[in-house]
Formats: sequence, structure tokens, C-alpha cells
Amino acid sequence: MRGFLSRIQQWGERRLPALTRYRRPETLPIELHRRRIYIVPTGFGVGFSILLLVMLLGALNYANNAALLLTCLLGAATSASMLVAFRSLNGLRLSHIHAGNAIAGETLTLTLEFDSSRARSAIRVDLGASREAFAVDASGKACVQLPLSTTRRGWQPLPRLRLWSTWPLGLFRAWSWLYPQQQVLVWPQPEFGGPPPRLPVDDGQQRPRLHQGEDLAALRHYRPGDPRRHIAWKASARHDGLLTKDFEQPETRSEWQLDWRHLSGLNHEARIARLARWLGEAQAQGRTYSLWLPDQQVEAGNGPRHYAHCMSALAMLP
Amino acid sequence: MRLWRRTARNEPAIDTHAFDLLALTIAIVLLVHAPHLPIWLSAVLAAMLGLRWWQRRQYPGHTSAWLKLPLIALLAGAVVFSYGTIFGREPGSALAVGLLVLKLLETEVSRDARVGIGFGCFALMAALLFDQSLLATILVMLGLLPALAALRALEPARVPTSLPRELLPGLGLVAATLPLALVAFLLVPRLSTPLWGAPNRSEARTGLSDTMSPGNFTELLTDDRPALRVSFDGTPPASALRYFRAYVMWDYDGHRWRHAEMRRVPATLEASDTVSYRVSLEASDQSVLPALDVPLEAPAPGRLTADREVARRARPTNDSLDYSLRSALHYRLQADLPDYARRRGLQLPAGFNPRAIALARQWRQQQGSDDRAIVQAALTLFHDGGFRYTLSPAPLGQDAVDDFLFDTHEGFCEHYAAAFTVLMRAAGIPARVVTGYQGGYWNTFGNYLLVRNSDAHAWSEVWLSGRGWVRIDPTAAVRPERVELGATAAAGNQLGWYRTSWLHDLRNRWDIVNRWWNQGVIGFDEMRQQGLLTPFGIPHTETATLGLLLAVACGLFAGAGLFWALRRRRANDPVLAAMRVLERKLARRGIVRRPSEGPQHYFSRAARALPQQRKALEQLMQCYLDLRYAHAEPAPELTREFQQAARDFQPRRVVK
Repeated sequence: MRGFLSRIQQWGERRLPALTRYRRPETLPIELHRRRIYIVPTGFGVGFSILLLVMLLGALNYANNAALLLTCLLGAATSASMLVAFRSLNGLRLSHIHAGNAIAGETLTLTLEFDSSRARSAIRVDLGASREAFAVDASGKACVQLPLSTTRRGWQPLPRLRLWSTWPLGLFRAWSWLYPQQQVLVWPQPEFGGPPPRLPVDDGQQRPRLHQGEDLAALRHYRPGDPRRHIAWKASARHDGLLTKDFEQPETRSEWQLDWRHLSGLNHEARIARLARWLGEAQAQGRTYSLWLPDQQVEAGNGPRHYAHCMSALAMLP
Repeated sequence: MRLWRRTARNEPAIDTHAFDLLALTIAIVLLVHAPHLPIWLSAVLAAMLGLRWWQRRQYPGHTSAWLKLPLIALLAGAVVFSYGTIFGREPGSALAVGLLVLKLLETEVSRDARVGIGFGCFALMAALLFDQSLLATILVMLGLLPALAALRALEPARVPTSLPRELLPGLGLVAATLPLALVAFLLVPRLSTPLWGAPNRSEARTGLSDTMSPGNFTELLTDDRPALRVSFDGTPPASALRYFRAYVMWDYDGHRWRHAEMRRVPATLEASDTVSYRVSLEASDQSVLPALDVPLEAPAPGRLTADREVARRARPTNDSLDYSLRSALHYRLQADLPDYARRRGLQLPAGFNPRAIALARQWRQQQGSDDRAIVQAALTLFHDGGFRYTLSPAPLGQDAVDDFLFDTHEGFCEHYAAAFTVLMRAAGIPARVVTGYQGGYWNTFGNYLLVRNSDAHAWSEVWLSGRGWVRIDPTAAVRPERVELGATAAAGNQLGWYRTSWLHDLRNRWDIVNRWWNQGVIGFDEMRQQGLLTPFGIPHTETATLGLLLAVACGLFAGAGLFWALRRRRANDPVLAAMRVLERKLARRGIVRRPSEGPQHYFSRAARALPQQRKALEQLMQCYLDLRYAHAEPAPELTREFQQAARDFQPRRVVK
């Protein structure tokens, strides 16, 4: 009996995947076909059909064949538009999903890549409350960007997507559910405020050293004693006093070693949030930084890829 | 204004293209309704449409409710002022067209536009209730194109095109579904009786009137519209014999001749030469059905009167009417004239036309009892007395016949027929006026006779002892062309430039299309529908059969449509197709290719699973890899080889 039931279920899943698999994610690529496309009239379609019925009755009652012919033409075009609506989805393939990066609580940009063997128009994707319309041109490729809201760090499965279309006349709505088996990684949210990282080497030279570098930092009013070659003559000519160029030597920023072990007083998530803030600050200041986590160690580095690597490592912490 | 803006108004406004198409649809609706709307209303609505179109281009946004509400009230007021009521076909459609134009004022979002288009389709259909001629129908069908295009334009994310190109897909959709529409048109069961009141005819159709006074034919004689079409079984009668009798008029009060029916059996008729024919009568107000000369029996929709006119059984309707008849070309009608008829045929009002009566009495004295000689004397008078045929004769006074015979000497068939009949009666010969149609255009292509309103004619019948009633056409004495060639030839160039001969000829030839439309489409009624299957041996098709046929046909079309919709474009990569075949075969043995799996890995996995066929699989893999990666353009024989190998490969059962 159990075997029989499971065979029925297997058969059902094979025949009607959209009915039975709607709770089960599927691997990409997902191709839409007749067993998973549903179609119903839109509100306008229902109204229009009633209107056609009224026209039919009127034409028959007044024995007016020209009006009957017009009604038949409209009716035939209406029913054909149902097939066109179905065809606008049939055979469409969701081939890839690229996810951007986002911090928990912010929206993440998903890029859906569709391909098809022919051009299609006016297809819409719903993801939660957001909706995008797109067309597939003759090249057969289309990319759609959708915002996805996030709540907490870590792997987040994609929600169900709905693809739908009312092409061509807005009378019928064909739709299909997509549940791609794909997860997106959401970075942890940094804490607000809090102490700076404990620096391994305190070199004591926090203030920028002015007048000694090569890079022009600012212009300021002349003070007696400024070297004559530092006076900005051209700028001073447009001003009512003398202006002096200030020079500054870029500070050699120290490397930050961000270490999980130094945050022993905090709980798990607070540690992650603090590390995330430090990573953000380090990235903003253009520092070199390394990250030590219980399960992995990220060597020192800088730049956006390094930052993404560190944040992803944080996000994947248990 | 806030009151009227719904909360769901945060939808985006429709784009210019969609709006233009909607405005175009409404313009066509206005155009097809214009013939029956008051001119000022059409002009105002057209101006409003244009203004709104211009306004939206210049200052986007919808019109405020403070403008709309008074306009609606104004429109309702105008309709009531113009028609006296708001119910009925004309006021109803005037109101509908007006509301449609007003709807455009507030149309900004797609919902409003869709409502406008649906309503527009309805208004297009309503226009056909007034005029279902071929041209009107084509114009209405053209109105569907911008409507469908506007619906498409409301969809998001379309490939942008120019406005004329927007119309093409709609045309394609209609053309593709035309077979279904035509089958549905043929098979939708027609109603034998209307569900609710058939429309009142309110538009006055021209046609022959049951009274005649000199001059009241003028409007008819300049009306070019078809009156009837006649197809004959066998050869048609000669043009001089094509007299279609409609009204027989006995009563004369000095001003007008009047038709009055007597409740008596039809007059006796001895026919020697008969012809069968079929008449398709255009919508008209006439209460009699024109018949060639003297009909032998009444057709289905009529009955014979005492004077062998064919009176309509039902009230005239807005539709054309078909009937079959048999008529005598040579005959003796009412060989014995009863007394009451003789008295009636000699009756003349006292105190009118003394000079004409004196002339007739003088003829009688000269000719004695020879009635034929008197008739000939009258015809000679018309022929040689300086009479002229014209459609715009001088007005006549109190003694109309005297004035015509002795002063003005000009007129057309009515004048001649009336004067002749008066002369005959004064001379003691029973006579009566007959109106109807004479002549017509023989359409050789369609083998039918087209008779227009302008072919309306009046002549006389006199009773001669031994011969019965004899048709005498005094107009023929003056203008023989009238009988031989038709009204146009007789009128010469009095009818204006647009009736020049070649144009007239073209219009006559074109009429076959109208006839085809009237017979094939407009006249396809319940009776004709029941005879639809006659060629297949079923003389009478029941409504249930029609419904069944319709269902079957719809099913067939649905199947064809589904075939089209489900058809996938074949992968035009033969190597990939062969590979898919191979994958399916292997999948049956449980070796399913994973989406991320490359061909090499897949083949090696298959080779591990099917060790007996390792060699074949490795060959296939090598072949596939060569095809895919070794050449920029793989050799066709290699492709064929791979296809063959993939077809031939049969995975054996996995040995575990």
C-alpha cells in the first residue's frame, strides 16, 4: 500500500510538477511547460466576455448578421488571445540567478537570466511585493533585476517567484510558480557605535603631519613665518589676503588585525556585529586588515573583494 | 476633485501610444455613428475628442471632475433636447457615443483605457444596427484594429514600434482567427422569434408612396440606392417589358391619386406567357411588394389584392425581403369589368380640368366608339404636342392636368400618367394609374436585374373591351429612351456630374458585391441556416444539430490552436538533438545527466555504469568532443556519424 501511494505520488510529481512540487525547490535551469502554466481570465477578460455575450444576444435578437459577424470576430480573437498568453510563457527558461550582496535588513539585488528560443513580450515577475516587467528580444536573452528584502545574516533561500503575463490583450492571465533551489548569502549587520579595534602597534602618530609631505592638503590664510614658496600666488590674487598651501604626508595606516578572540566579553551575534563594523570601517579608511575567526583565518589584505570575502566568512559563521 | 480620485490611482499613466490608439478607436466610433447623429452633436464630440488629444500631448493629466460632471449633464440634456427622450436606439446610441468621448477625458490609467475600449467595441457593434451595408461593416471592422492595438499597447515592456505598425498584429490576430469566426457565424443558431421587441423603424426609408401627385417622385428619381434585385429563371424579359407593378391607384381628387384596397377576390387572369423570378427587396416603407407585370399567385410573404398587387402580410421592417414569384408577360386581366369597377374607373372630381375633359369629349365624338383610336389620339398628342421630359418641371396650378397639357408641356412620368388617365376617364374609357419600377440594370456578371429607386415609374392601365386591362405608358410616347434605356438616359444630364455614365456604369457593376453581401451575409437568416446542410443530404438542420456542429468545430479549432501553442521550435542543433536522444536512453538505465555535468564526466560515468559498453561510449564521447571542440565548423559527415551512432546505441541492462 505504501509503495502504491508513493508510486502515485511519483507519477503525480512527474505529470504535474507545479502542483506537487510547489513547496519543493528545483534546480536551475527551470523551463516552463504546459504542465506548470496556469491560465485564467482577468477581471477585464470576464467583463469583456460578458460584453461579448450581450453583443451576441443583441445581434441575434435583431437578426443583424453584420453585428453577429463582428461579435464572432471579436470572440474568436479573444479565445485566440488565451493561447497567445499561454505561448508567451511556454518554453521560457530561467537559466541563472545572480545574487548581489547586502547587509541584513537591506535589500539585495537579484538578477534573473531568462532565455528563450524566440522573442516574447510583456512578461512580469513577482517576488514578494516587487514586480518587474521584461521582454525577451530576438536574441533570446533577458536579464531582470529584482530587489529581495533580507532580515538576518547567513544563507537565505530564495522565495517562490511568480512569472505571469497578460499578453496580448490583457484578457487572460497566464502564470507559473518558480521555486529555484538557490540560496543567497546575507552579510551580518554591523553594530552602531562601539569601541575601535585594539591596535596591535600603537605608534602614537595619530595626527597628520602637516607642512612636511608632498601632497597638497588645503589652502589657509598666511601666517607669518610661512615659507615663501608655499604661498599660493595665483589663488591669493583672487583673494583679499595671502593664502598658503598646506602639505601633508599621507599617514601610513597600520594594519588592523581583527580577532574573534579579543571579543570574549560579548555574545556570539554581538561579536559578529562588532567585527562587521570594524570590517566596514577598515574598508572605508582603506586600511589593510586581516580577520581571525574560530573556523577560519583570512590573511591580511584590502579592497572590495577582500571585504566581501571577510563579510561572507562572517555571514557563514554558525 | 479629490473626491473623485480613487486611492488606487498610483498606477502609472498610460503612454502616448496607447492613448493615441484609444483616441483613434473612439474617432472611428464617432465616424460610424455620425450618419445618424445630429450634425452639431457629431461636430461638438469630434471637437472635444481633438481638444482632449491635444491637451494630453501638451499638458498631461486628466480633466477635472468640475468639467466632467457638467459635460455629462450637458450631453444628457442635448440628447433629450434633440430626440425628446433618452431611451430608444438613436438617443441611446447618441448618449453612448457621447459618454465614450467623455470617458476619454478622464482616461489616464490602463483600467480606464480598457473600459473605454470595451465600451468602444460595443458602440462599434451598435453602429451596425443602423446600417449593415458592406461599406459600413468594413469600416466598423477597421475600427477593431486600433481597439486591439490599444489593448496591446497597454501591456508593459513591449518592443517600441511606430503607430501604423502597432495595428498590424491586431490584423494578424483577426486574420488568424477568421476561420473560427466564420464557422461560428455560420453555425450560431439564429433565433426564429426575437427575445425582446424588434427595433422600431424610425428612419424613414424612401420607397414608393401609396399616393401620387405630380412632383412627389422627384426625390425618388434622384435616389441612386438599390430598390430591388431580380434574378430570373431562364431568360429575362426584354427591357421594354420590365414593368414592376407596385400600387394601383383608382381614386383621384383633383390633386392626388390614392391607393385604396378593396376587399375582393383577385381579378381573373388569363396568362399566355409566364416567367418565374426571385426578388430581393431592399428595406422600404412600401406596404406592397413590387411584382413583374401581373403575378399569377402570391409569394409567401404577401397576398394578392383585387387588382393583383402583392400586399405585404407583415409590417415593413428594416431588413431586406426575399420572395419568389411567377408572372404573366402576356395576359388578359379582368376581361369582364364589373359595374362598380367601371364606375370607379371613370370617376373624375367635379370642377377640375375643364379643358382636358372637353378635349377628351371631342375625341370621343370624333372617334365614335373606337376606344383604341382615342388611346392613340392621346399618345399622338403627347408625342407631337411639344411635350418635354424633365425632372424639374414648372409648377402646376389648381387644374394641374389642364396646366400641364395646355401650358407647361413639361414633366415626367407622373405628369404623363396622371394626364393620360384623366383624359381616358373623360373620354369614357375606364383607366387607372399604376406606379412601380420600370427598367433596371442587367448585371451580366451576376445574372440579375438591379432596379434602383431612380427607376421608379408611373404609367396607366386602360380597360378595353375584349382585352381587359392594358398597360399604356404615355411617357414612352414622349421619351422612348425612358423605357428602353432607363431613367438616367431619359433625364439626360439633369442629374449632376456624379451620375456621369462611366461612373454610373461602375456603380452598377459594383452592385454585384452589395448583392452578394446582402444575400450571403445579411440575408443569412434562420431559414437559410436550416438549409445549410442541404448539399450533404440533410434538408432541414435542427438547432440541436447546429449546436453540436458548432461545438465540434470549436473543438477542432481548439485542437489546432493548442497544436500551434504547444509546438516547440525544434533545436536546430543536430548534434545537441542527438545528444539529447542519447541522454534519454541512458537516463532510462538510471544514468541521468546532472545539469552541471560536462559531457566528458557524464560519458565516463556512463562507461563506469555500463562496463560492457565502455568502448562504444568512449567512441561516442570522442566523437562528441571532436564535434564540439575540435572544429570551428564541424564536418557534416561527422555530424551524421554521431547522429547515427546515437540512434543505434542501445544501453544494456546495468549489471550490478
